[in-house]
Amino acid sequence: MEVNVEARRILAVSISKLYASRTQRGGLRLHRSLLLSMVMRSARDIYHSSRETEGQTSEEPMETSSKEGCDSEITEDKENMSPTKQSRKRRGKASAAPDFLPSKRARLEPGEERYAAPMGSWRFDPPPTHIAHQGADLHQRSRDRGITGTMVQALRSI
Amino acid sequence: CVGGSSERHIYCLWVFKESGAMTGWEQVCSFQDPEPADLSMEEESDTRKINNSFLRDHNYATEADIISTVEFNSSGELLATGDKGGRVVVFQREQESKSQPQRRGEYNVYSTFQSHEPEFDYLKSLEIEEKINKIKWLPQQNAAYFLLSTNDKTVKLWKISERDKRPEGYNLKDDDGRIRDPSTITSLRVPVLQPMDLMVEATARRVFSNAHTYHINSISVNSDLQTYISTDDLRVNLWNLEITDRSFNIVDIKPANMEELTEVITSAEFHPQQCHTFAYSSSKGSIRLCDMREAALCDKHCKYFEEPEDPSTRSFFSEIISSISDVKFSHNGRYLMTRDYLTVKVWDLQMENKPLETYQVHDYLRGKLCSLYENDCIFDKFECVWNGSDSVIMTGSYNNFFRMFDRNTKRDVTLEASRENSKPRAILKPRKVCVGGKRRKDEISVDSLDFSKKILHTTWHPHENIIAVAATNNLYIFQDKVN
Repeated sequence: MEVNVEARRILAVSISKLYASRTQRGGLRLHRSLLLSMVMRSARDIYHSSRETEGQTSEEPMETSSKEGCDSEITEDKENMSPTKQSRKRRGKASAAPDFLPSKRARLEPGEERYAAPMGSWRFDPPPTHIAHQGADLHQRSRDRGITGTMVQALRSI
Repeated sequence: CVGGSSERHIYCLWVFKESGAMTGWEQVCSFQDPEPADLSMEEESDTRKINNSFLRDHNYATEADIISTVEFNSSGELLATGDKGGRVVVFQREQESKSQPQRRGEYNVYSTFQSHEPEFDYLKSLEIEEKINKIKWLPQQNAAYFLLSTNDKTVKLWKISERDKRPEGYNLKDDDGRIRDPSTITSLRVPVLQPMDLMVEATARRVFSNAHTYHINSISVNSDLQTYISTDDLRVNLWNLEITDRSFNIVDIKPANMEELTEVITSAEFHPQQCHTFAYSSSKGSIRLCDMREAALCDKHCKYFEEPEDPSTRSFFSEIISSISDVKFSHNGRYLMTRDYLTVKVWDLQMENKPLETYQVHDYLRGKLCSLYENDCIFDKFECVWNGSDSVIMTGSYNNFFRMFDRNTKRDVTLEASRENSKPRAILKPRKVCVGGKRRKDEISVDSLDFSKKILHTTWHPHENIIAVAATNNLYIFQDKVN
């Protein structure tokens, strides 16, 4: 499906733009991040809805987690959120590497995997002191923020 | 003819000749960087590859020269430009002289100063860019000129004043400032003001800082000349020009949960006559008019302007292209003009459900939104301006084109700001973009457009047909020669 191909390409481009904007001079631009996440949301909805025909379960709308990094206040809210929001990650999809992204994967030592998730959550403040304590909780927190397994996978391979 | 020069730019002047507001513009003046790096831009023919990487073909030193804002003052005598390097350059119009009538209206460099420096926010580990986002003049009330300039976080009030006399003949020190030997002082004298070479000095009179969490996108001086607003993505703050240590927050659209954020404020402006009214535009394509007399926090608008989206044009990028990049009240205060990515719209303040007029700036880009998204051009924020009588509106486009629309005759024209295409005193030729099919001789096809050459910032003289157009790091001034 052409629309699906287009959606995948747009999603890939958006992810790389969002990632690149973190290192931009002047900091993350809220307006730009918002627009990027809107495009990503539509592209992702179309991409997933086309994959649904392959028998996957449906998924709720993506959280606009990209804007979290702009305001340190909400990251605290995220940390305090109750762990009732579990397993947003679509396990079936998470295991499948997204096919629209380059296949090369950053090689991570087992202990270093914890660093990957904070990047995926688009937080600004590097949480060096938190990493030692988080352990397996990190993946849990990623899910709490509503980042899909696909997104986290995608960001690890950038 | 050559105007002034600063350490960075060489200036010459084109002049327009006018027959009707839009035809027969003659180029007489432009202010340009003489760097040869322009050549590499011209050689780049595949415009689809052009994105931010065009800067790699230039010296990095010139990125600081990219003009980020232009603004005439309320009399039109002065023109201020701000650039990415945090500098402000002010041009002054030469006085008319009977002996040299052809030199009427040339703008020469009047003052140059460093307004903002790069800063570092240690708490957030963020660099704060020194780029000047907006400059707004205060109306002149005495011999000095005042302007507000802002970067992402801090607004500054600058006083620009002339000094052409200095006191000489002190008793205790000589003219160099050295203290005189008391034994040589035998008489008393009173210092006298003696003429000196004109010196223009700029001093920062106020610094308004620490009021914005997000990036400031606009400032607007109130008609009461005592207050002004500064606007970031989520908040509008009201300041008194005299008081720097506090401001009032009058609009706050930050949701309790940032995940619910769906729109941001893109620009705000005070009504030109009503000191209690202001408008702000959003990334969703709507404009809200607010009255400060209603409540301290103007979260409830009095008027809400939005045009329903045409479902047939829906695409991945519908949200991006409907985001308003600029909002301007007409001089008479009856209309609002908004600029989104592909159109300019004029709204009647009395009619909220749809715009009065819609003008297509470059509709041929509608089919190229995906490429423009990839090369980041879709995020470009174009400004729009009214002429003094509110009869003509102008906005920029790509390939150094800018467009003028006559609201009365419904005619429009595309002009180009480039030194290659204009000899001094030659009339600016209208340009045309060929959309499809056969391209005529003078037309340019959409695929040949240079997307790295964009005109984002323009300003129109408040009374006369003089416009200033910023094309990357070059400034062009066009004016008519009639009478």
